[in-house]
Amino acid sequence: MNIAVILRQVPDLIEPLEVDASGAALDLSAATFVVNETDDHALEQALLLKESGRGTVTVVALDFGEVDNTLYTAAAKGADRIVKVAWEQTQAPSPHAAAAPLAEALRTLAPDLVLVGVQAHDELDGVLAPLLATRLGLPYVGVIRGVKAAADGRTVVVCKEFPGAVMARLTVRLPAVLGILGADQPPRYVPVSRIRAAMKSTRFEEVSHAAGLGPSGIAVTRMAPPPAGARAEMLTGSEAEVAQRITELLAEKGLLK
Amino acid sequence: MIATQGRQGLELLEELSRTGDGKSPLGCMQCGLCAASCPLGDVMEFPPRKLILEAMSRGLDRVLASPSLWMCVGCYTCSLRCPRDIELTDRLWPALRDRAMQQGFQPPAELQETFQNVLKYGNVLGKSPRQRLDWAKDLDVRVLDLSKEPRPVEVLWLVGCYPSYYPRNQVVTRAFARILTELGISWGVLGPKEKAIGECDRMFGEEGLFETLVEENRKILAQQQFERIVTLDPHAFRALQNFYPRYGVWYPVEHYTMFLANRLEKLRPLVVRPVEATVTYHDNCCAGRRAGCFEPPRALLQLIPGVKLVEMDRNRENALCCGGGGGGMWLDAHIVAQGGRRLSDLRILQAAQTGADILAVSCPYELSRFEDAAKVAGLEGRLKVRDIIELLAESMDLGERSEP
Repeated sequence: MNIAVILRQVPDLIEPLEVDASGAALDLSAATFVVNETDDHALEQALLLKESGRGTVTVVALDFGEVDNTLYTAAAKGADRIVKVAWEQTQAPSPHAAAAPLAEALRTLAPDLVLVGVQAHDELDGVLAPLLATRLGLPYVGVIRGVKAAADGRTVVVCKEFPGAVMARLTVRLPAVLGILGADQPPRYVPVSRIRAAMKSTRFEEVSHAAGLGPSGIAVTRMAPPPAGARAEMLTGSEAEVAQRITELLAEKGLLK
Repeated sequence: MIATQGRQGLELLEELSRTGDGKSPLGCMQCGLCAASCPLGDVMEFPPRKLILEAMSRGLDRVLASPSLWMCVGCYTCSLRCPRDIELTDRLWPALRDRAMQQGFQPPAELQETFQNVLKYGNVLGKSPRQRLDWAKDLDVRVLDLSKEPRPVEVLWLVGCYPSYYPRNQVVTRAFARILTELGISWGVLGPKEKAIGECDRMFGEEGLFETLVEENRKILAQQQFERIVTLDPHAFRALQNFYPRYGVWYPVEHYTMFLANRLEKLRPLVVRPVEATVTYHDNCCAGRRAGCFEPPRALLQLIPGVKLVEMDRNRENALCCGGGGGGMWLDAHIVAQGGRRLSDLRILQAAQTGADILAVSCPYELSRFEDAAKVAGLEGRLKVRDIIELLAESMDLGERSEP
């Protein structure tokens, strides 16, 4: 089974996010990037599938942020091929914009299974995984927690959560796109010496795209940090005074008798 | 993916014999002093003696798969007591852990996160490098950030991860800044450019991460002019003294207890306020047991008027480790799950037995470990935990309140 995994870069929330001079976008020069968490699970799931049978794992990523670090780590973990898709824009890829070049690269690879993280914290205009499925004309199932390959090689069995504490096992005909919430086990740790070795030995397949970016249905007019709530009351004074005030407040709200 | 062959164990030991510190592990005579001395040896499937026997006779399969591989906290007791001078702590354990990770065995989860933090952010706590100097905000002495204003200084102070970011440690960090300034020493820090030195990563077998840090620190240090490095962290001291030189990165380095003890006569007229307390001192493993720095911290404590120094039964080279070294800060859950214990919980009782009011420490890990242990033991309020720096600063009238 040939599996393709999409790995996205998202702003690292360790740094405070800042809005740029336009007032409608993040200041990316002040941001650092990490791999999207659920994409990391998608990679782990792909590696587990590969290790449970035969197959290859191909990582596909837009050339954005600190993607090289992410790709070398993926190679060190066991990805067989790394495809880096050109991204000439300065702004971060939105799901609609990213779907076109990624789908074009996937079409060339013609994988049996495409694994994508089910969401990313910077998705503004939709969710990438179903957008890719639509462009590729493939079935899509999301919110997946675990994938097993079937013996026939033509289907996979996925675990999907539904509201109301319902868990379903679905048999999915391949090829298909899956939105991964979590892999069967947490993403593996790979020692840095392996990443360093991968930096020396890994060659990225760099591809451009002909079709241009996907059109977005939205335009951001203004971006701002959430306004501070006006109703917060900052308690000041000595510890005893603050404690006294907290006790009074709890009593006022009927929480103390 | 996870498969080793019988001969692998012998081959690894032979490799260590050729390249390692200390004497060859093949010279092990199975006396068992290491296992008997190990504070966690009773709950390890493979304490050092059994580990070597297994590697020699049956190979590495069971050793690499055993949870006990991730239980050593790097206290050096086995290494120093080994009659054959086998360097168990610095060589054998890291080599086995490295081998395990190369073969896909996973280290405990908390530690994975710590490694990733160090690789990505340059600090164990996963904080933004830009916040490295937050401890110095509104400080009453000038902190020279050499990454912004490079100039020759007497002391390049490598502050360390916990001292830079962890609120309890920041109290000590600020006090040390005041002491350096009061002593009239020209000093500077690397601010947002400072990175972890990586000793715990090295000891934990993350050799690639350690080498990455050495390369980054090599470049950062080469841009500065200074007479010596001073560090609050005995682990960083150990790495800079013993392991960085092997990569051609050599600078004079002192743990702060050595640096200050060399200036006792300058300190003497400055310690004006008595600290009326019975104090016992916990020897850290890296500067203490491993490097023999036992008297400088005691000399500093005895300099303080009012301090009555008492010793625990286990002191100096026989001191019991706090359990935080060699990655131990992130192994408590793993060790306890394997039937082990937080060594700080035992050590705090030994400190209490002396009747001391204060347990004095000189390693950044120990403050939070022992303050937690004091709470567990119900000693909170009766036995305070203080860095030597805090006691000095209090006596020099430079302290800030750090109650309880």
